[in-house]
Amino acid sequence: MSDLPQTYPHILLDNAKKFPPKKAAIREKDYGIWQSYSWQDYLDQVRDFALGLAALGFKKEDKMAIIGDNRPQLYWGVAACQCLGGVPVPLYQDAIHKELHYIVDHSECTIALAEDQEQADKLMHLREEIPRLEYIIYDDPRGLKIYKHDWLIAFTDVQEMGRKFGKENPDYFMNAVNEVKPDDMAIIAYTSGTTGNPKGVMLTHRNIAVCSRGFLQWDNLAETEEVMAYLPMAWIGDHIFSYGQALTAGFTVNCPESTATVVQDQKEIGPTHIFAPPRIWENILTQIMIKIEDSAWIKQKAFHYFMKVANRVEKKRIANDPVPLKDKILYQIGRGIIYAPLVDNLGMRKIRVAYTAGEAIGPEIFEFYRSLGINLKQLYGMTESTAYISMQKDGEIDSETVGPPAPGVKIKISDRGEVLYKSPGNFVGYYKNPEATAETLEDGWLHSGDAGYMTERGHLKIIDRAKDVSKLNDGTMFAPKYIENKLKFSPYIKEAVAHGMDRDFVAAFIDIDYGAVANWAERRHIGFTSYTDLAQKPEVYDLLYNEILRVNKSLSGDEKLRNSQIKRYLLLHKELNPDDGEITRTRKVRRKFVAEKYESLIEALYTGKESVHVEATFTYEDGRTTTMRADLQIRDVETY
Amino acid sequence: MNEKPEPILRAEDIHISFGGLKALNGVSLEIYPGEILAIIGPNGAGKTTMLNIINGFYKPDEGRIFFEGKERPRRMKPDRIAAQGIARTFQNLALFRGMSALGNIMVGRTMMMHSNIFSQALYWGFSQKEEIEHREAVERIIDFLQIENIRRTPASMLPYGMQKRVELGRALAAEPKLLLLDEPMAGMNLEEKEDIARFVLDANEELGYTIALIEHDMGVVMDICDRIAVLDFGNKIAEGSPDEIKANPEVIKAYLGTAGG
Repeated sequence: MSDLPQTYPHILLDNAKKFPPKKAAIREKDYGIWQSYSWQDYLDQVRDFALGLAALGFKKEDKMAIIGDNRPQLYWGVAACQCLGGVPVPLYQDAIHKELHYIVDHSECTIALAEDQEQADKLMHLREEIPRLEYIIYDDPRGLKIYKHDWLIAFTDVQEMGRKFGKENPDYFMNAVNEVKPDDMAIIAYTSGTTGNPKGVMLTHRNIAVCSRGFLQWDNLAETEEVMAYLPMAWIGDHIFSYGQALTAGFTVNCPESTATVVQDQKEIGPTHIFAPPRIWENILTQIMIKIEDSAWIKQKAFHYFMKVANRVEKKRIANDPVPLKDKILYQIGRGIIYAPLVDNLGMRKIRVAYTAGEAIGPEIFEFYRSLGINLKQLYGMTESTAYISMQKDGEIDSETVGPPAPGVKIKISDRGEVLYKSPGNFVGYYKNPEATAETLEDGWLHSGDAGYMTERGHLKIIDRAKDVSKLNDGTMFAPKYIENKLKFSPYIKEAVAHGMDRDFVAAFIDIDYGAVANWAERRHIGFTSYTDLAQKPEVYDLLYNEILRVNKSLSGDEKLRNSQIKRYLLLHKELNPDDGEITRTRKVRRKFVAEKYESLIEALYTGKESVHVEATFTYEDGRTTTMRADLQIRDVETY
Repeated sequence: MNEKPEPILRAEDIHISFGGLKALNGVSLEIYPGEILAIIGPNGAGKTTMLNIINGFYKPDEGRIFFEGKERPRRMKPDRIAAQGIARTFQNLALFRGMSALGNIMVGRTMMMHSNIFSQALYWGFSQKEEIEHREAVERIIDFLQIENIRRTPASMLPYGMQKRVELGRALAAEPKLLLLDEPMAGMNLEEKEDIARFVLDANEELGYTIALIEHDMGVVMDICDRIAVLDFGNKIAEGSPDEIKANPEVIKAYLGTAGG
């Protein structure tokens, strides 16, 4: 292990040396064609850009903000920054001005790299407010040619400057790279915490390299893997997957043409390894369900019948029980006519390993993919641990747990039931925030903030956020996320918020999935004008009633949770939105905020009212706001 | 337009009638290279007729047209005029409905293809090279209009706003010297309008196209056009910058009726 390079600049140099020029390191679909770059190309691009940055005065420990959809140039930006001993700070591309301002200012970025005009415009605004931010570099020149500022430079122009700089200073690049040490900071990843300002998680090259290698060994991943890079670069999951693992092993990373073409592009590439948060898996499932509902009667019947078979078989497989012969035969028929074509249609035919991470996934959603024959596994990690805590092993799958500790990780449960861990990925600290670091990191043990326990098999089971788990008035345990995830299995439910702490019963807000419900309504000739209007249709309330009934039935089967069945619900007038602060960018509900903002709705749920009036203010991405009013109905649900 | 360069197109004293109806009554119009000119006016003012004359679909009863300084022969066929470098989009969509977005845009390039049907069918030699070149140009337009995701979708399955975008793509594919847009934003919602306005501006600013367009949405016209010509009952009643037009009493009268009775 010790002779392996431990910093990303060195790993990149090593890749350029050991992989043949024919092997693609990164591909981008552009002008309808997949354009490939070998590892040598990757290195050349990074070197030119790094030298260009050096010519602009960027040096060791300087920070560079990076914002945009996944493009090779942005990954090269990350590497170039690291080659100079600098620190990349990736930002969420849909973040609003206030968030960007906080992070760019707090991280002390002097240079920012933007994908296109949309992102560059945001940065140009920031530059007026943050004098430290000096240069803005953009990849896609479209719409930016009209600006004539010497601080606004094209990516390729920076590379041109770099080539010139390199001729004048031939040893500069290698000297800079050799100055980079494994314990230097490799990235600051800001977490969009559910409370307060984002915190900058500092990770070292060693953190990322060791964890990446841990992941690779766990699943025997090699340089032959094809992966798709389409998740936000600011998410640690993408960083570890499309950069950390990809460089360490030498994967081929594929950048889709645009966010709207991901599925199509995925079909062309046929990735072998996927890493995605539950919301992606939920969205795909919803899309499948919409298409099934649009299909012919006989196809619908066949789909539902064979999915039941697959589910039965998968339950046996998970339990390592023998599958009865009849089901074995039916499963093979189902594979021929349903599962294989469906998986192929999703572009997942070649998948060897798929992970869901970042949030708890509903067991029903998880089992759906597994029963199709996709090797989906759960992984438990956090930004603070370089996403490396525990994950499931092939042959030891359990839809309710997140697997045994990863190699090199120690887990213990505190007296309060909180999960604590020591991982080789444990971060150095929060950037410029020693108080928060001290609260989280104690004697090398990191406080996850999650409540959980170890099962008899030695697998970690996460119940919920520790601070969210509470009790109903009758003493029943109330784990809101557990209930919400059950709800979200329904294709008609996009988000849900369960209430119940110190209450007599559980009540829920439901956010309908506009696409799926709109499609459902159109087939039944139910007219509607907007999201709000659709959500308040009595027919839609009926539709959701049955979905909640299903969840109640499932909860009634669990001795500990049977009293936490949902007794009342309402359909929200708008989608919960990160721009409004109701959920984080990674779609975690900010409970405290929601409880305060919708206090009157919650009160109405618990006071027996039949409807409640709301006034809502919407925030657009550019900061404008508008107000709307509506009356929301409240319904009671049967319990078992 | 400070110093006036040679107009790319000059229409002089155009008259045309349909039956007894005088559609255009001595209209003169100039379009300068690099500008966006809007032709506006109430319904039936003769705007579309003017475009149809510019691209040779109608022959004027009287009047002369100069394109790039040369007078256009009266009997010139529309396809010859298109080959000279004038492309247009239509008020009512005119796409090949069963063809993909890509195919529709590719049609815009046929004028520039020189290989014959036999070598095209064999897809060999020159015609292969040619096809690849044109495909590349079309892909640039697809990228420009951000319609990668609908490349393979048949036109008839596309929403209206997208069809309009594809039609704009087809006109751009011909790499015209003069681009005529007949109500590019008609029937769109605000968001779609903003999108198209952006593409029209980019086509002008980044790709350097000269554009003449008809549009009813005054907000859009005032925002994106360099100059405006106003037609009313077949006559040109005003011409100038957006600010001049906004303040012009003749224009206000044409749009709102006579002030004070």
